[in-house]
Amino acid sequence: MTATDPAGVTYDLRLYIAGLTPRSLLAIANLKRICETHLAGEYRIEVVDLKQEPGRARRDQIVASPTLVRQLPGPSRRLIGDLSNTERVLIGLEIAPHPSVQEVTTHADEPPVRP
Amino acid sequence: MTPGPPDASGSLALLPRLDKIPTGIVGLDEITGGGIPRGRSTLVVGSAGAGKTLFAVECLVNGAERYGEPGVLISFEESGADLAQNAASLGHDLRRLERDGLLLVDHVHLERTEIGETGEFDLEPLFLRIQDAVDEIGAKRIALDTIESIFGGISNEAILRSELRRLFLWLRERGLTAIITAEQGTESLTRHGIEEYVSDCVILLDHRVLNKVSTRLLRVVKYRGTEHGTNEYPFLIDRNGITVFPITSTELSYEVSAERVPTGVPDLDAMLGGAGYYRGSSVLLTGTAGTGKTSIAGRFVEAACERGERCLYFAFEEAASQIRRNLAPVGIHLARWEDAGYLRIHATRPTAFGLEAHLALLFRRIEEHAPTVVVVDPVSNLVSIGSPLEVQVMLVRLIDYLKMRRITTLLTGLADSAGDREESGMEISSLSDTWIRLQAVRTDGRRQRTISILKSRGMEHSDEIRELRLGPGGVGIEEIAPDERHAPVSAGSAGP
Ligand SMILES: Nc1ncnc2c1ncn2[C@@H]1O[C@H](COP(=O)(O)OP(=O)(O)OP(=O)(O)O)[C@@H](O)[C@H]1O
Ligand SMILES: [Mg+2]
Repeated sequence: MTATDPAGVTYDLRLYIAGLTPRSLLAIANLKRICETHLAGEYRIEVVDLKQEPGRARRDQIVASPTLVRQLPGPSRRLIGDLSNTERVLIGLEIAPHPSVQEVTTHADEPPVRP
Repeated sequence: MTPGPPDASGSLALLPRLDKIPTGIVGLDEITGGGIPRGRSTLVVGSAGAGKTLFAVECLVNGAERYGEPGVLISFEESGADLAQNAASLGHDLRRLERDGLLLVDHVHLERTEIGETGEFDLEPLFLRIQDAVDEIGAKRIALDTIESIFGGISNEAILRSELRRLFLWLRERGLTAIITAEQGTESLTRHGIEEYVSDCVILLDHRVLNKVSTRLLRVVKYRGTEHGTNEYPFLIDRNGITVFPITSTELSYEVSAERVPTGVPDLDAMLGGAGYYRGSSVLLTGTAGTGKTSIAGRFVEAACERGERCLYFAFEEAASQIRRNLAPVGIHLARWEDAGYLRIHATRPTAFGLEAHLALLFRRIEEHAPTVVVVDPVSNLVSIGSPLEVQVMLVRLIDYLKMRRITTLLTGLADSAGDREESGMEISSLSDTWIRLQAVRTDGRRQRTISILKSRGMEHSDEIRELRLGPGGVGIEEIAPDERHAPVSAGSAGP
């Protein structure tokens, strides 16, 4: 991955999943929703299914599914989990919430992750 | 698990026999009756620096090199480069094994994120990763070192626990022989209680300070379906890897020899029924400082070398150079026998390490050199690093070990000045077959050395006190005229 993305996007994100399980699908949906809301036009998502490319788990240092890796902007950051906790995703990716959806962070529309 | 073969004699063998594979770790396979359970997980627990990683590496390297079983090492702590470097100090070339497709090291690098997890997850990628590595080289053995580190990288413990449980089942389903290492805990055996999920075989590595010296001990805590010793066995990590020392005291079945071994001093042979010590016996030689213990030991060794026997001299007081130098005036020249490869002198400070490690080292040296004659000079210096009981236990084991190998052993002991309380409470004399006492006496203002045989099992021996003469002519013994006999220098018994 080069520092200058051909698509010219600011956010280059890669989501690692292990098969198209309900949890993987949930993560993909969550990621798309968050990106559309906060990063419209500024992002690119690549989904890597480790079931199809098992060698990449070792090469890319992945142990958990789903794992989201922020490739750009650098330095890279990684998040584990199905991305249901939007606030943590935003903090983890260092994305300032879009002004028009400020309430997302205050309204905690998801149940807490911790059991 | 395969059922054992029918036993014609009708004894035992009714239990299904657990299939075992050798670890290749010297001593461990003896203790466990064949190694670790095949296709199962073995948990290796220890505190920091206890030797967990080296244990795992040894099992894999031996499996690959000697038993045709390639191995995968999933390392959660050390990088491949670090592992290779550490293993090199034990004489293993991990890089070569990797190139030959006999070993695959995958360093799982976990970075703890501050923010925690964003939702539910599983460890399926880790499973895929392991499967991929196993498939790549056709691995039969796998080590996870230390899987618990995952608790440091991921915060959701509930998910981790259920995933680890699933992982261990998964390893078993695949018939992999696994070594799982874990940090020793305070409330449970392991810090994160993973012994709950891995329960076929549990080995504890301990690194304790006994009498101010560090000692490594190994214990088989649990071994489902097999008999195992519950003792703590000393082990050693050195350039040869890990060596565990089984305690041999239980096997008192050594052959007693009628063969005799000259002492190197013809006059002493004469005192010992004319032929010297028994082959494979243990001889204790006690005396106060300067009475000639090392000279008699030196002659014993020199004469053995002259006969073409291999000898080991363990020096716990003097440096090898000092021993050579001190013996030269008595006409004993050891260097040439060292050069010729018959003799090895190992000088070690008693306080360099613990009793167990000393014993381990003695065993190792003996195995390396395969001597027929061993001298420990003086054995009494080991008293300083253990309680009398510990020293006693160590000596029992040492003597047993030597006897089983039919090695004739001379142990010297420094007696206190009273001359009668040999070995300050240490009962070596009862372990010895022959006990020779040296004393210093004064005759007409002349300092004189005497020698007497307090006991010698299974032979008729002299019961006289004779004079020991040390000089350029060598070591000689002369009878003392009745009117010349005097009491020892200091008050005390003059012997039997
Ligand atoms: N070549 C060697 N000769 C002698 N001792 C050695 C040698 N190599 C390692 N050791 C000993 O082994 C110890 C390290 O063993 P190892 O790394 O297997 O321990 P560990 O239980 O995995 O430790 P940690 O908890 O730090 O992972 C060292 O502390 C050192 O004392
Ligand atoms: Mg380690």
